Amino acid sequence: MTVLASTEQPVSAGTVIEKIGAGNIVLLVLLVLYPAVASNFFLAQIGAYSLILGMIALSLMLLAGYGGMVSLAQISVAGIAGYTVAVFGLNNSGVHGFGWPFWIVVPFATLIGAVASALIGLISNRTEGIYTIMITLAIATAFFYFTQQNYSLFNGFPGYTGIRAPEFWGVAWRDPLPFYYLCLGFAVVTYAAVLYGSRSTYGLTLQAVRDNPRRMRALGFNVTAHKVVAYFYAGVIAGLAGVLLVWFNGRISPGTINVAAAINVLIIAVIGGMRHPIGPFLGAIVVVLMQTFAIDIVGAERFNTLIGLFFLVIVFVSPDGLLGLWGRIKPHLAQESLRSLR
Amino acid sequence: MSALERPGTSADLSSGGITRRQAWGLFWLLVAAVLAWLFLAVWPDWLNAVLISKKAFVSAVFNGVTLAGLYFLVASGFTLVFGLMRNVNLAHGSLYLLGAYIGYEVASRTGYWLLGVAAGFIVLALIGLVMQVFVFRRLEGDDLRQTLVTIGISIVAADLMLAVWTGTTYQIVTPAWLDGAVAMPIVTAVKSNGEAVFMRYPFYRLVVLAVAIVIGIGLWLMLNRTRVGMMIRAGVDDRAMLSASGVNVHAVFAIVFAIGAGLAGFAGVVGGSALSVAPGEDVRYLLASLVVVIVGGMGSITGAAIGALLIGLAEQIGLVYFPTYGIVLTFVIMVVVLAVRPQGIMGKAR
Repeated sequence: MTVLASTEQPVSAGTVIEKIGAGNIVLLVLLVLYPAVASNFFLAQIGAYSLILGMIALSLMLLAGYGGMVSLAQISVAGIAGYTVAVFGLNNSGVHGFGWPFWIVVPFATLIGAVASALIGLISNRTEGIYTIMITLAIATAFFYFTQQNYSLFNGFPGYTGIRAPEFWGVAWRDPLPFYYLCLGFAVVTYAAVLYGSRSTYGLTLQAVRDNPRRMRALGFNVTAHKVVAYFYAGVIAGLAGVLLVWFNGRISPGTINVAAAINVLIIAVIGGMRHPIGPFLGAIVVVLMQTFAIDIVGAERFNTLIGLFFLVIVFVSPDGLLGLWGRIKPHLAQESLRSLR
Repeated sequence: MSALERPGTSADLSSGGITRRQAWGLFWLLVAAVLAWLFLAVWPDWLNAVLISKKAFVSAVFNGVTLAGLYFLVASGFTLVFGLMRNVNLAHGSLYLLGAYIGYEVASRTGYWLLGVAAGFIVLALIGLVMQVFVFRRLEGDDLRQTLVTIGISIVAADLMLAVWTGTTYQIVTPAWLDGAVAMPIVTAVKSNGEAVFMRYPFYRLVVLAVAIVIGIGLWLMLNRTRVGMMIRAGVDDRAMLSASGVNVHAVFAIVFAIGAGLAGFAGVVGGSALSVAPGEDVRYLLASLVVVIVGGMGSITGAAIGALLIGLAEQIGLVYFPTYGIVLTFVIMVVVLAVRPQGIMGKAR
């Protein structure tokens, strides 16, 4: 197993990891200081929203990057957690809303999301490779239509409104500044967990399963179990993000989890890059900025054309997204400087 | 431990295959008998009580079967392209919708519905050809990137179609000779004076079903009786070997993609005449194609037919008997098939 792992990792892994560690610290400091320069709009609509979308895309990155399973149902997982918050917490739609306290609802919703994710993993892992994307897209679409049709559980088309982030420790967590830090906290924890997990025994095994499931099976590893557990972890991340998303929007409806939203998550992850957990956050910032400011360029109506074309260019030019673009330019620049020396 | 490496699938199939087949034959015979009785007999009261009414049940089944015809038209192109090129064309729903819009424009401007149908097929076949030659050929062998590209195309296409045709719902007007309802040889009820009430059903929907069957048979004949079909089947089984034996694989790919996209466009016009044309239909038919192909088995025309029949029936029967949980039935079928037979009903294990 260690042999497999070492073929995957470059020899100079130690120094690379050290570098990334320094970069992470700088990044964290910048993000913590960000509210000092940002207005409320930039805090909530750009900052917090990017972090939430980044977390959902991070859950996809975990599956796709380390497990080789491109799941389009991660927004459904987030949606399931969000609906759980709406049903078991408080809402003002007059349907359900059991009023459980937040410190029960949040872990419960996350758990429900994670279990749902694991079930999706169990179903989609009946076949391999490119089939996963089809099955998960079918699941996401079916779930969207189900929430739209079903009133007894999901309150149909209108969904649930008036869901509020709780107030505790004397802080109203739905105000922009506290909410930004809340999202940042969750994002940092999940990001660090994914980064740590990718180097753990389990993470390395998962990557080995991605690269050669047959060999891993022959070595006695339970391939399916590893994949399903990856779906569970991804579900925890997507579930947490779903809770934040429902607090951010104050509402959840089928429109939150429709096919466009499912594909949006994939776009974010692909634009950012799926080789490193920072990719999804990078992609989220780019997409949210485009979403917000594309109105000035192409008008609100044609935003999807813009993002679609941008996505196509990224897929064609750099399969590993913006991260891959940087990774490809860097050695190129180094070579250029070498050439100029000659 | 050594058995883990190669699951003994071949051994399972050969032992006791005949008795199993006989058992299945008996089972299907029984199903056919029950169905025949359900359709032909006048229902006793208790059955009417359980299944609402014979009329509701029979029209749900008819709607399901005709919808299945439409789904088959959409999904057969999808499965053909997937089987041969390993290309999950997630823009397939967009091709359907574009075909419907083009059919609407041509039919309403010229006044000839058949011209609209032809235009839907031809224009989309050309678009498919262009997509294959200029986009997918560049990404050959990279399944994931091809799929991502189709997603990008579907986003841009959906948005541009929204820009051109706005959010309005269109209805393609069918010619008079396709309108109206016909009496079916099915007695739904008996009046008190002993007169039998025959069911009436829209003629156009029966035509859709007939067209789907004709195209299905045509595709089957093309795949199994012609030289191009032989190449396509060979390509589905082993693409590298086909190209090594001197066949111009790219030409075969281009033909298949054109047929697949053309069928989607054709289905768009036909479906747009039976139902309606509106944004969002692309997603609906993409879902239908996905589920039909997952259930039926990738790359198999017969599988697409079986899958379409199952999904169409499930959707329409679900709509009548448990409206808010109808979609769950479709989903359950997919999950059950994946659990029992991951490669789909007619799919080959790879």
